[in-house]
Amino acid sequence: MAFTSVKTLLDGYAKQDLNIEFWEYIMLEDMKDQQISRTESMKHVQELMSVMKQAVQNYDANQRSASGLSGGDGAKFAAAQEAGHTLTSGFIADAIRIALTMAECNACMKRIVAAPTAGSCGVLPAVLLAYESNFGAEPEAFIEALYVAAAYGQIIAYEASISGAQGGCQAEIGAASAMAAVALTYLHGGSLEEGANACAFALKNMLGLVCDPVAGLVEVPCVKRNVAGAVNAIAAAEMALAGIQSKIPVDEVIAAMDEIGKLMDSSLRETGKGGLAATLTAKKIEKALTH
Amino acid sequence: MTKIACILYNKNISKGKGLQIIADLFLGESMNLFDILGPIMIGPSSSHTAGAARIGYVARKLLGEEPIYIDIGLHGSFAATGDGHGTPMAIVGGLLGMKPDDERLPQSFELAHSLGIEIIRHNIYLREAHPNTAVLFVKGKKRQLEIQAESLGGGTIRICKIDGINTNFNGDYPTLIVHNIDEPGHVAGVTALLAKRQINLATVQLYRDERGGYAVMVIESDQRIPEDVLYEIEEMPGIIKVTYLNMDA
Repeated sequence: MAFTSVKTLLDGYAKQDLNIEFWEYIMLEDMKDQQISRTESMKHVQELMSVMKQAVQNYDANQRSASGLSGGDGAKFAAAQEAGHTLTSGFIADAIRIALTMAECNACMKRIVAAPTAGSCGVLPAVLLAYESNFGAEPEAFIEALYVAAAYGQIIAYEASISGAQGGCQAEIGAASAMAAVALTYLHGGSLEEGANACAFALKNMLGLVCDPVAGLVEVPCVKRNVAGAVNAIAAAEMALAGIQSKIPVDEVIAAMDEIGKLMDSSLRETGKGGLAATLTAKKIEKALTH
Repeated sequence: MTKIACILYNKNISKGKGLQIIADLFLGESMNLFDILGPIMIGPSSSHTAGAARIGYVARKLLGEEPIYIDIGLHGSFAATGDGHGTPMAIVGGLLGMKPDDERLPQSFELAHSLGIEIIRHNIYLREAHPNTAVLFVKGKKRQLEIQAESLGGGTIRICKIDGINTNFNGDYPTLIVHNIDEPGHVAGVTALLAKRQINLATVQLYRDERGGYAVMVIESDQRIPEDVLYEIEEMPGIIKVTYLNMDA
């Protein structure tokens, strides 16, 4: 187990005397943990990035999920973007479209990267790929950002949870959003402290979010919550990069998320029994699917 | 059958660390970076799809041949939402040798049908089992196998029973499963042979149904175990069945 808190991660990096960059410190610690070589580690992260890109490229507007509940929304949004009918443009609009696209790919049984989970797989690629097409950066920068994001994800998994069944949606989309906020802050040249603040902001805004999938499927509301996670990550990174500080330190925010998850009724933790899943329409959908 | 003994040891680690590893095994908190970013998988659910494919894949490796008959029993959440998440499709895909990121997974039933494989899928109820549990009974031309496995989230799994005997492993390491008569010397014989061949053991677990009856040892190793070593173990007196699992092969 490499990183147990954001504080130990940042302190550990400050104490190292190898004169290496932050992402490299994370990579080296994980290489020790997994007993793998530098080449193996980097090759794996490069593959993650290329699978994310492929999934977006291979998106099929006509594809529908087995239940028929998901598909086609990424294309609808792309059409609106094309026609110039969107409220936002550029970076944010692209992030919305990619988040929809990836989450739909997942629902339609396409090849994706769980980041940190399959249900939240759209958030991180949405901000990374939208950043790439709007701001540009060296391919290496995205690999580095993924290491930094993964370290924060690992800490959230350790201090709290990244499972909807344990901690609700705040643990899945919330964790993904926090990781994406950290990655964005890193890509845009933010400091380590700004990265920690970005994580705190993103997570704070997602606290209490329940996991209430209709008919128990990773589709409604999961696909659209990927959009919420991506846009929230951008807002969190913006605030952190502007020098705004989180009044509650990031490790305490993560601990609060854990506490909230434990207080959450089991009907709101991926059982498909409470919240949106318990609505009249959801029950009708569920009935239609089982008959 | 009850689990009488579960020994987890590693000669390179202290007792305290050993306990930590046991704790991690059950809490599932120890994740590396690639557990967080990954797995690369076919959607929609890491537990109901990727984990299910992995369970099927492990079953295929344990069976050691192409199945001709597949009986899938789904419990809990697997039973309730498995069809919508492609759980049976992923298990069948795994049994046909597909890994969790294989793009042919959604077509596994068609492929199985074209190969003439008989598939039965039904819901089961198990007492005190993990909500995502599958019981698979598979038959090949030569062998048959029953496993009970849990999908723990994020694509990780745990094999909790093989042919009715309790086990506890996940297939991350090369894993040797030896069924033997419960009498002195078999564990020593097997581990001595592995030591002689420079194979370092990660964990050793021992299970049995009753004193002096039937026992199973599950050995996870750092290195892959060559075929001739497996053959040699099979030939040892008192050894009933040897199964070897290497997910990377």
